Amino acid sequence: MKAVVIGCGRVGSAVATQLASEGWTVTAVDENEAALARLGGGWAGGFVVGHGMDVEILTRAGIEDADAVVVATSGDNTNIVIGQVAQKRYGIGCVVVRLLDPRRAEFYAKLGLRTICPTQTAISYLTEAVRSCDVPPLEPAAAS
Amino acid sequence: MYVVVAGGGKVGKNVARSLVDSGHEVTLIEQRRDRFERLEEEFGHVAMLGDATEISVLERAGIARPPDLVLAVTGDDEDNLVISQIAKEGYGVLKAIARVNDPRNQQHFDLLGITLTVCATSGILGLVEHEVPEHGLVRLLELRSEGLEVVEVQITGDSPAAGKRIAGLSLPEGARVVAVMRMGTAEIAAEETVVRPGDQVVAILKPGLEDRLRKALVG
Repeated sequence: MKAVVIGCGRVGSAVATQLASEGWTVTAVDENEAALARLGGGWAGGFVVGHGMDVEILTRAGIEDADAVVVATSGDNTNIVIGQVAQKRYGIGCVVVRLLDPRRAEFYAKLGLRTICPTQTAISYLTEAVRSCDVPPLEPAAAS
Repeated sequence: MYVVVAGGGKVGKNVARSLVDSGHEVTLIEQRRDRFERLEEEFGHVAMLGDATEISVLERAGIARPPDLVLAVTGDDEDNLVISQIAKEGYGVLKAIARVNDPRNQQHFDLLGITLTVCATSGILGLVEHEVPEHGLVRLLELRSEGLEVVEVQITGDSPAAGKRIAGLSLPEGARVVAVMRMGTAEIAAEETVVRPGDQVVAILKPGLEDRLRKALVG
């Protein structure tokens, strides 16, 4: 099973190493060469330096025969474009895209993109955490 | 008509000014505060501060009316693509025109159905090609989504096509010579038209056949 991870920041690099440890053949792509360090010293997968909107870079990363593509660069709009290119140009069935903006994540999910929105997840978890707190009811103000 | 212009750089600002001057209702969205403040001085309430790729910003700009036209002319291709997609697919805007900054991104706009695009770099390169033809083949018109091109080829004395009848040329399947220009006058190409050195041959073809057409005509 082959995965291409575009954007090798905190999220992308962790997804890449996790998938690799589960037996996937992973190639990571990042504009910044220094991002390779995030994959750790024993990284046996591929690493391509370049922009994910550049089809030459995508080809070099082996997108043409990838089983899964993970898109997690720091730019929502960049991720949206790359995700759709992976889906529609290369016909990849499993494309997951990280988007920080909940509204764009919802909009593009309706258009058929698998979007993951950590912001929305945080909102839900935080709200739920507050709801489940054991907060004593407010004491009625003591009569003076 | 009502026009939303996303991006208040040189392109957006000048287009917005022309549209306002010709009596159209315009909202000009710019995300950089310094730029926005200068725009506000000139345009007043037409200028709006915000990131036009955010749906709430587009909604404030009246994307739901919807506008007759959305111009996505920021300096970032991914932003222009997303703005056009949200406008068309999310709010039923019928016409969105997107600026392509890097010609290599044109294919992404085509892929995602943003058919009205303008790329200054490609335009300039086209002119360069036309004024200084390097490979003997000049693109006159490109109907990308329709899959058709019109090209012009310069015939010289040592071109294999020189001296031949149109019917005798071995053109690739999917390419056809439609006219021959000689001394500034175009003549519709007939089977018996003879191609001569110095002619410019105009052909229509399916994209991708350029090299084979060039070989057949000029070697």
